Amino acid sequence: MKAFRKVTSHALALDRPDVDTDQIIPKQFLKRIERSGFGEFLFFDWRKDPGFELNRPEAKGAQILVAGRNFGCGSSREHAPWALQDYGFEAVIAPSFGDIFRQNSLKIGLLPVRLPSEQVKELMTRADAGDEITVDLEARTAGGFPFELDDFTRECLLEGLDDIALTLRDEPSLTAYESAHAAPIATNAL
Amino acid sequence: MGQTLFDRVWESHLVQRAEGQPELLYVDLHLVHEVTSPQAFEGLRVAGRRVRRPDLTLATMDHNVVTGDDTPMDELSAQQLEALAQNCAEFGVPLYETGSGREGIVHVIGPELGLTQPGMTIVCGDSHTSTHGAFGALAFGIGTSEVEHVLATQTLQQNKPRSMRIYFEGELPEGVTAKDIVLAAIGRLGVDGGVGYVIEYAGPVIEQLSMEGRLTICNMSIEAGARAGMIAPDETTFAYLEGRPGAPKGAAWEQALERWRTLPTDDDAVFDQELVIDVSGLGSQVTWGTNPGMVVPIDGVVPDPASMEDADERAATERALAYMALEPGTPIRDIEVGRVFIGSCTNSRIEDLRAAAAVVRGHHVHPSVRAMVVPGSAQVKQQAEAEGLDRIFVDAGFEWRRAGCSMCLGMNPDVLAPGERCASTSNRNFEGRQGAGGRTHLVSPAVAAATAIAGHFADARELVPA
Ligand code: SF4
Repeated sequence: MKAFRKVTSHALALDRPDVDTDQIIPKQFLKRIERSGFGEFLFFDWRKDPGFELNRPEAKGAQILVAGRNFGCGSSREHAPWALQDYGFEAVIAPSFGDIFRQNSLKIGLLPVRLPSEQVKELMTRADAGDEITVDLEARTAGGFPFELDDFTRECLLEGLDDIALTLRDEPSLTAYESAHAAPIATNAL
Repeated sequence: MGQTLFDRVWESHLVQRAEGQPELLYVDLHLVHEVTSPQAFEGLRVAGRRVRRPDLTLATMDHNVVTGDDTPMDELSAQQLEALAQNCAEFGVPLYETGSGREGIVHVIGPELGLTQPGMTIVCGDSHTSTHGAFGALAFGIGTSEVEHVLATQTLQQNKPRSMRIYFEGELPEGVTAKDIVLAAIGRLGVDGGVGYVIEYAGPVIEQLSMEGRLTICNMSIEAGARAGMIAPDETTFAYLEGRPGAPKGAAWEQALERWRTLPTDDDAVFDQELVIDVSGLGSQVTWGTNPGMVVPIDGVVPDPASMEDADERAATERALAYMALEPGTPIRDIEVGRVFIGSCTNSRIEDLRAAAAVVRGHHVHPSVRAMVVPGSAQVKQQAEAEGLDRIFVDAGFEWRRAGCSMCLGMNPDVLAPGERCASTSNRNFEGRQGAGGRTHLVSPAVAAATAIAGHFADARELVPA
């Protein structure tokens, strides 16, 4: 996973609620079997509208996205955070996120930051004014506002740790669980 | 204090719990499909890892599959299916590929094979994994990084979600179905009302539902933002499971029953949130907008943004109506459709097809409508054909197709053209979900069937008996 420490950049405001992962990356781009190259298809359909936020000049080079509540709802496609990250975003700030989207983002080092709605609104105003915003994971602040993230997840992100290796380090617990619990099914014995 | 069904399943699958860390949860069944798995297998390959428990993993092909004879599969889809076949062979994962007779939508085949059982933990790289909760399993969708984690370790790092109970009471009016119940519930909760929660659906209305109906309800939990939906296992659950290929047999069946009967939520258990919904007076539901919470009864009208006080809600409604090309105040029944899709992991099981066929029998699809029925699995298709349902549909002018996700998400040739309006039994009406520019209205199978015949939104009451 890509490590995340701190990013300072101007930000792009996307002020609408319930932006679903079908919009972030439409289905026709899910057929690729690679992890990279999704950025050019980010918000593919919405970008056809010249007035869409991502088409504004100030969107260029923005590494922070400030969005409405329930950002990334819907499908489990990790292609959505891949596309955002590939496009150049390092962090997304919103009042709330779709659960799976948030989890997927944390797994790849795209930092989802939850802040109260009023603070998000204020950051959107600052984004529209072209101000720079800093998201600092070490300090757990975004645009000066403190946000919550558990220590373990923060540590993994700061160090860019491979969470599979972390789990496998605990092989004794895994084996102990498996010998104490008979599997209820066997997919290879149907 | 007592435990909930969710607590019990969660606690009994904990491998590790440490202060300040997500918990490590063991996964009993990992379902895999072609879209969200290639990068995960590639990750294993790069790191030199193996699949820890191929015997707890099952793959199928569904999203890209071509369901008709009219169009060939595109090259990228073929590559993705080929990659799945190769990955399964290389890593020893059982696969039901197209033509195997056991293929189908991943959330249809798990229950059908008897692999989805009470008390299990089930994951899949697919948000509608919540479907399997209908059996009293804890089942939820994950992304590709987590798919890789489960393949390698058979576990997931998770923080325990909060719990919510939705208690359905009252008398369900005739002709109103599980789909209408869940759409109405999402309308009440909103599309983010369930974020961070596992929902248990309970109450007499749920207890009276068939397994198919319960699967429909749990399927759409994610549309309220919930991680998972669950329903306590009971005699209906056990009767459905008994004798299926993956279900325990003989003495093991008796032991399993004993275990499963201890799962339901204790009377004194406390949920983080509770909601009671009275279904008496509920009508068939139709969505008018671009998320599943934008829903009204079929007797209702398209809402008016001008009447909304909340500025965000007004803006979202205006956007949705512009996309859907609908005028405020239009009666739902006056909206004409050009396409009807009966299928998807929400409503493609045998009971759904029976309900649609019962409406269709003796009628004919409206001349301006193209309608298709896509069974959820090869076995549903076979069963329906054995019952003669395919004849009813075909005689009425429906297309009868092979199993797959089909027009639920349009990763295959079944797509809406820009501007086309569709009555669909699927679960998502997001912009472009069924094809760029397509307009999706979510309904039950019975309403979809009646709408195909009437050419505009209708329920069975409206059709003149044939
Ligand atoms: S039928 Fe639709 S929602 Fe269900 S798994 Fe397939 S694409 Fe996803």
